[in-house]
Amino acid sequence: MSNLLEVQSVSKNFGTFKALNNVSITVPRGSIFGLLGPNGAGKTTLIRIINQITMPDSGTVRLDGEELCKDHIKDIGYLPEERGLYKSMKVGEQAMYLAQLKGLGKSEAKARLKYWFERLEIGDWWNKKIQELSKGMAQKVQFVVTVLHQPKLLIFDEPFSGFDPINANLIKDEILRIRDIGATVIFSTHRMESVEELCDDIALINKSNKILEGRLLDIKRQYKINTFEVGIETENKEKLHGLLSERFEVSPANFKTLNDELKLNIKIQNGDTPNTLFHYLSNHGEVSHFVELIPSVNDIFIQTVMNN
Amino acid sequence: MNHLPLIIKREYLTKVRNKSFVVMTILSPVIFIALIAVVAYITQLNNDKVHTISVLDESGVVADVFKGSEKTKYEILENMSLEDAKNITRTSENYGLLHIQKSDHFEDLSNTINFYSEESPSLRVVSDLENKIAKQLTDLKLIQEGIDVDLINNSKIKIDIVQESFEGEKTSKTDSILKLAFGGMAGYLLFMFIIIYGNMIMRSVIEEKTSRIIEIIISSVKPVQLMLGKIIGTSLAGITQFVIWLIIGGVLMALVSVLFGIDPGQLQNSQQEVLQQTLEQPELNVQVQNIMTSFFNLPIINLIVAFVLYFLGGYLLYSSLYAAIGAAVDNETDTQQFILPILMPLILAVYVGIFTVIEDPHGTVSVVFSFIPFTSPVVMLMRIPFGVPLWQQIVALLLLIATFMFTVWFAAKIYRVGILMYGKKPSYKELIKWIKY
Repeated sequence: MSNLLEVQSVSKNFGTFKALNNVSITVPRGSIFGLLGPNGAGKTTLIRIINQITMPDSGTVRLDGEELCKDHIKDIGYLPEERGLYKSMKVGEQAMYLAQLKGLGKSEAKARLKYWFERLEIGDWWNKKIQELSKGMAQKVQFVVTVLHQPKLLIFDEPFSGFDPINANLIKDEILRIRDIGATVIFSTHRMESVEELCDDIALINKSNKILEGRLLDIKRQYKINTFEVGIETENKEKLHGLLSERFEVSPANFKTLNDELKLNIKIQNGDTPNTLFHYLSNHGEVSHFVELIPSVNDIFIQTVMNN
Repeated sequence: MNHLPLIIKREYLTKVRNKSFVVMTILSPVIFIALIAVVAYITQLNNDKVHTISVLDESGVVADVFKGSEKTKYEILENMSLEDAKNITRTSENYGLLHIQKSDHFEDLSNTINFYSEESPSLRVVSDLENKIAKQLTDLKLIQEGIDVDLINNSKIKIDIVQESFEGEKTSKTDSILKLAFGGMAGYLLFMFIIIYGNMIMRSVIEEKTSRIIEIIISSVKPVQLMLGKIIGTSLAGITQFVIWLIIGGVLMALVSVLFGIDPGQLQNSQQEVLQQTLEQPELNVQVQNIMTSFFNLPIINLIVAFVLYFLGGYLLYSSLYAAIGAAVDNETDTQQFILPILMPLILAVYVGIFTVIEDPHGTVSVVFSFIPFTSPVVMLMRIPFGVPLWQQIVALLLLIATFMFTVWFAAKIYRVGILMYGKKPSYKELIKWIKY
């Protein structure tokens, strides 16, 4: 089975409010899956259903080919967006408690905690109380607790919030490492640059409906606008601009260069290839800049949600 | 995976290790006993003060009844005017002056007796004087009428009615008092326990919500399990605290009594004194014997079994509601609105218990309230020492268990939805909607 998680036609209503409407997603094994959507779209509800915190009204969720059941609790690690720890409990005791709730034995939990605490350089905190730690420090403890029982599926909701750039990087590297040793990660965030950087697949949920899903690269290809950002050194800019406007769809561009070039966004069409454009340009001047405009996740997000 | 023991253990340990819990556990009985000791000491101080009362008896018929006692001394003044007597009384700083006017017929004395003092005299002193004089005058009157006072005194007959049921069970007044004490204690204990530890459960649920750990926990544990774990863990902590209180309290009480020679029994209020007096009529060892037999006359096994069952049922019933309240709100100030409807039946139960059960343990009101599940734990516990038919106990218990299961189900529903709801305080209407989610 290549897919670890299959959510099929899940719907959930709260009273008259429809939180999820017939949503299906497929999370490939060993991937990092970005679950995106505006605030209040239904992401958290979907995540809670996967975690068996709430039950769907209809539809099924299959983990590793089996319908979700109580035994799957130990296969899932969940770091909710709204997170916290018992303030007056000691770090070590608390981590032990949460690890045991996930089904780890006492000695095993202890050994793994020691390993992780040393790895993240938080070994000295074992006997500290949570209320003595800063927010970022508590987040680290939480991260450890989430991954400790080596679940097949990890769900991170805004995992980097509250971290400084150094620690955010540290956590990012850990997430990638855990993925590399076989875990699958669902990653929900509003920080598009981290989606760009980490995710292999994404799904976009808006107003309780899934409106987009697939491999990130495929989606980008799909949203490709065949537009190139170009810079040409020429003696008569206006003449060239006029010539280009007749042949292609052009709009002014704005980017930084060293010389005073003609800067344009040029869209190719009608069977033209990038090469056609490049040859045309090089016949009229010195091409100093030639870049295909790839839609960012941010653009795709905004565009899809606005069109929806 | 059954996490219940794990949750119970955590709840218990967190509660027991909590600093304020430890302080309260140790300090409460100390403060309580210290308070009793102080009150007792002050009362004793008051009692130890010896009053001296000057008596000017111009009639000459009453003076010889004023024999000094431990706490009151009398100074008999003779052959002087009222003004002189007042001056003497004032200069010698006596408590007051009792003046009995001269009269030829002692029958006329009743309205001519005055008491002069700096401050208004205590009620006890006045009634003591009145009793003494009245007795003397009554005796004199009887003698005058040619009646032998000793004969009257010897003719008095004391009655102690032995109450017996048709089945042949004997009861006495001692029995009734003991039964009241037992029932009252059991009912009151349950009442206190629910209020103190119900609140503790509620706070601990709110704490989980405000610290936002709830979602992490709830992704590994079923809400019902978490709720039950909390209730049981907190109850165990509560029982620990109660037992420690009893032990420390007992030891301290014994110590204080020995050290200061204070008899805590002195502190009983007047009502209890009346009961005490009815008990004190027979000889002391007879009295002790009475209490012992009364004690063994109580349906002890029934009492213990019923206490455990009703205590558990009642406590779980209410504490699950407390847990639901904790889940429904975000902070403690919002809880008031929901606590009131829970407290009402509880307070009602205690009032019914105190006023109706004492009056008539088998009257309609008592019986009805001992069946209603929200009041039955308290009222039934108060009734049982008086002997309640087994079928009534069982029916009430079954009703209690059924309601308890319903409230746990109900609370779990609210709990399940409520713990993940933040922000606005929910209305009752919304709570009902949650149940359908």
